[in-house]
Amino acid sequence: MPNNKKMYDKGKVVAGLCIFVVLITFPFWFNLGKAAPVPEPKLSDKAKAAKECVMPKAYMKAEHMQILNEWRDTVVRDAKRIYTNPSGKKFNMSLSNTCLDCHTEKAEFCDACHNYASVTPYCWDCHIDPKEAK
Amino acid sequence: MNISYMYSLIAVVVLFLLAYVGVKLPGGEVFFGVIIPYLALIIFVLGFVNRVIDWARSPVPFRIPTTCGQQKSLPWIKSASIDNPSGTGGVIVRMILEVVFLRSLFRNTKCELKAGDKISYEWEKWLWLFSLIFHWSFFIVLFRHLRFFTEPVPACLQLLEKLDGFLQIGLPGLMLSGVALLAAVTFLFLRRILIPQVKYISLGSDYFPLFLIFGIAFTGILMRYFTKVDIVGAKAFTMGLVTLKPHITEGVGSVFYVHLFFVSVLLAYFPFSKLMHLGGIFMSPTRNLANTSRVKRHVNPWNYPVKIHTYEAYEDEFREKMIEAGLPVEKMMEPETPEEPEEKE
Repeated sequence: MPNNKKMYDKGKVVAGLCIFVVLITFPFWFNLGKAAPVPEPKLSDKAKAAKECVMPKAYMKAEHMQILNEWRDTVVRDAKRIYTNPSGKKFNMSLSNTCLDCHTEKAEFCDACHNYASVTPYCWDCHIDPKEAK
Repeated sequence: MNISYMYSLIAVVVLFLLAYVGVKLPGGEVFFGVIIPYLALIIFVLGFVNRVIDWARSPVPFRIPTTCGQQKSLPWIKSASIDNPSGTGGVIVRMILEVVFLRSLFRNTKCELKAGDKISYEWEKWLWLFSLIFHWSFFIVLFRHLRFFTEPVPACLQLLEKLDGFLQIGLPGLMLSGVALLAAVTFLFLRRILIPQVKYISLGSDYFPLFLIFGIAFTGILMRYFTKVDIVGAKAFTMGLVTLKPHITEGVGSVFYVHLFFVSVLLAYFPFSKLMHLGGIFMSPTRNLANTSRVKRHVNPWNYPVKIHTYEAYEDEFREKMIEAGLPVEKMMEPETPEEPEEKE
C-alpha cells in the first residue's frame, strides 16, 4: 500500500492510546512519591507474655478468620462456649472477651493488616471495640 | 483428542510447572517475580500501541458499517439512528452499547437443519450471556486487584468488594466475580468442544487464552480460599513492583508466583493474539463509522491520478480532420478561429 506512514484519524487514535496507557499505568503514578510501609501488627504486653495464641502464629495468621467463623457458629447455634485447642488448653469462645482481652489494641493489631490489605471484616458490624466506643 | 486444545492445555501445564519449579531454583524468585512481570508489562503496552497504530495506518476509504436498520432518508421515513447511524452521536451510542453490553452478540442465532433439509435460525442468547458474564467478571476481578497496587486503597474499591461479597459466604468472604469468571470460562470452553461446528473452527489460539485465564482464576481462588497466601507479604511485594523498588518477600509461596507468571504470560501474549479485540473493537470500521455513503462523497485516498481526455478536448483536437472525413461533430468549426483556445480538462 502506498504511503504506509500515514495514520488515519490520528487525533482520535492517539488520544485513545494515551487514555489507555494512562489507565494501564495507573498504579505506577498513583503511588508516585508515597511511602507504603508494610504494617506490623503490634502485640500488647499481655499477648507477649502469653507467648502463644489459641493456635500457633503461622496458623493464626492464615486461618484466624475461619476460627472466628467456627467459634461464632458453635456459640450461636450450639450454645457451646468452651474451645479446647490441640494442646488441651481451654478457651472461652468470645471475640470481645477472649481475643480482645489479649489483643487489646484493635487499631494496632487487627486494623494494621486489614487496612493495608483493604479487608473490611464484618465482625465489627455487631461487636464493638470497647476502646473505640468510649 | 483434538490437537488444538491438547497443545494449548499442555502449554499451560508446562507454564505452570515452569513457574512452580523455576521459582525454587536460585534466582528464580527474582526472575519470575521481577524480571518477567516488568518485561511482560513493557511488551503489553508497546505491543498494544504498535498494533493499534498499525491498524490506524490502514486506510478505510469507504463507509462499511454493518447496517441493521433503516438508514436516514426522507423525514417521514423512520430511521434507525443507532443501528444505522447517520452521525457521530449515533456512532457513540452504538459503540458504547457494543463495548459495554456486547450488543452485536445479542443478535446471535443458531442455524440448524431441521426435518432433513429445512433450515432454521433459532434464538440463541447463551453465548451472549456468558460472554457478558465473562467480560464483566474479569473486569471486576481485575479492578479488585487494585487493592494490591494502591496504598491507601481508594474507597470505591472497598465498596465494590462489599457488593461483590455481599452474600457473606464463608471467610474469607466469597467473591461472586471469581466464581462467575470461572463458570463463564468453563462455559466458553465447553461450547468450543461440544458444538461440532464451533469445534471445527477452533484453533489453538482460541483454547490457549481460555486455559490461561482458567489457570489465572484457579490459582487466584486457590490462594484466597485454600492455601491462604500471606496477603500482607503479597501486597508488600506488588507495592514494590509499582513503586519501582522491587524486592522479594519471603514466604508468599509457589502458587503466588505461578499466578503472577500466568498473568505475565497473558500480558505478553496479548498484543499478538485475538485478545487484541480489546483495542480492535474501537478500530472496527463496521462499528465506528457513520453510514454516510450517500450523503457525502468518499474518495479513495490511493486512487491513481488518472489522466482523462474528454470528448470535447478530443473533438477540439481532431475537429478539422473529422469534418474533412465527413464525421459528425458537436460543434462546427468557426471560420476565423479553427482551434479552440481554451483546453478543457
